[in-house]
Amino acid sequence: MSDAGPVIELRGVTFGYPSADPASPVLSGVTLTVPRDDFLGVIGPNGGGKSTLLKIILGLLTPQGGEVRVFGRPPRQVRWRIGYVPQHAGMDLAAPASVLDVVCMGRLHRSSWGPVFGRSHVGAAMEALRQTGTADLARRSVRQLSGGQRQRVLIARALASDAELLLLDEPTAGVDEQAERGLTELLHELNRRLPIVMVSHDVGFVSAQLKRVACLAGTLTVHAAAEVTHELIARMYHDGVAAVRHHEHCPAAPPQHHEGAR
Amino acid sequence: MSDFFRDMAVNPMLLTGLLAGLLASVACGVIGPYVITRRVVFLAGAIAHTAVGGIGAAIFLSYRWPGAFGWLTPPVGATIVAVASALLLGVMHDRVAERMDTLVGAMWAVGMAAGVMLIKFTPGYHTELMSYLFGSIATVASSDVWLIAALDAVIVAAVLLTHKRLLAICLDEEQAGLQGVSVLGTNLLLLTLVALTVICLIQVVGLILVLALLTLPAAAASHHVRRLAPIIWISVGLCMVLTTGPRVAVYGTRLSPESAIVLAAAGLYLLSLLLTRLRARPGGR
Repeated sequence: MSDAGPVIELRGVTFGYPSADPASPVLSGVTLTVPRDDFLGVIGPNGGGKSTLLKIILGLLTPQGGEVRVFGRPPRQVRWRIGYVPQHAGMDLAAPASVLDVVCMGRLHRSSWGPVFGRSHVGAAMEALRQTGTADLARRSVRQLSGGQRQRVLIARALASDAELLLLDEPTAGVDEQAERGLTELLHELNRRLPIVMVSHDVGFVSAQLKRVACLAGTLTVHAAAEVTHELIARMYHDGVAAVRHHEHCPAAPPQHHEGAR
Repeated sequence: MSDFFRDMAVNPMLLTGLLAGLLASVACGVIGPYVITRRVVFLAGAIAHTAVGGIGAAIFLSYRWPGAFGWLTPPVGATIVAVASALLLGVMHDRVAERMDTLVGAMWAVGMAAGVMLIKFTPGYHTELMSYLFGSIATVASSDVWLIAALDAVIVAAVLLTHKRLLAICLDEEQAGLQGVSVLGTNLLLLTLVALTVICLIQVVGLILVLALLTLPAAAASHHVRRLAPIIWISVGLCMVLTTGPRVAVYGTRLSPESAIVLAAAGLYLLSLLLTRLRARPGGR
């Protein structure tokens, strides 16, 4: 990594889906800077724009207003440096493929022609499986995985691409409690060398290892994790309705909160 | 059955028919597994039926204006229209999110109807239409065998070159796109290969029965192995058995060999399903 600046920079990003009401965009004026060592959790109500935000960072969606920079460049130019872990619904679970086949797909940008992946690519995929503690599943069919195993395999696929940044969308959806703890530890471990941005509505998971928390409900506010754990999370936990409390607690972004890290 | 091999010595058409079946097995055995994994069986059906429009147009045009369209034989017409409709369907698949199935159904019906109507306008071709719809393995010409062999070569070469890309869009389209693979381009390639396979199968089992050979052997294979590559090998083998065995078995009887092939494919699929059920029971695997 040559560039020493922040990994992600969003300035005044506004986005609305073409079919929706243009007067109420999904995201409005979102500004965010993610430094090199960050472990950022993005929480917010359903429909608050969490997945949309990730897709904008990946360059899958182009915002109508504002600026997006990843590794200092437009996202489309660097998207293969981003390890994206989608909600597992994105993967075809009936597909005839082994775990190793799926993880090798992280090498596709380096080797997309020909019938098979070469030895070095398979080696990189196996190394990624080892790092996520799933090397013993390599020959298993993706149909036979549990929710937690599936998440680890998708994280391995992201690592196999030599990602310099991890983006995760709801990594704990459909995962039991024990597997969730394991995932938390894994992400904490990976955060020693990778910046991580994770979207979740599951505040319990969010609170454990995060360095910062962003509240997203159309607009975005960033808090240091410590600041959030005590007041916000407790209240959200208490009544279980993140959406309502959340909105109260994250008013339209005051600038001093907005970019604490800078 | 022994009749078949005895007659083969004196009737080279029988050997040509067997060869055509074996060669067509390569195409449908290779492409079928991608079609079921990518869930585009319905698109394959639409491509097969619009090909009837191409056959009708070829028959009509070459009858009306033999000077200008003498080169336009039914297989060539079917190839042109099948590839064109594959590209159109691929673009629609990419651009049209809603009601795709309605559009596909419409194309399916219109292509078929146009073909039948054009053939009706051409005197003396009515029996030929039946042979394209239901196949005529007994009358495959040796030039057709060469055409099928050439299409096989194209299909196998394309799959060897792009297997990883095809698998990627089957597994996770979005991820494939992020890895720099063109999802639209790969989809168009797959549907074009489906169109070429359909052309191969026209001669052997006919358009109506294309879907059976494209899907049933691949589906049966996927019951027993968990990766795409071995599924492809097994379905090529199954297609070869299916296009040969039932033919030889019903030779000399009044049964139609093409129908026997499809019924055997369906039987094989059911048998395979039954086997997986038995294995899934307690005490099994």
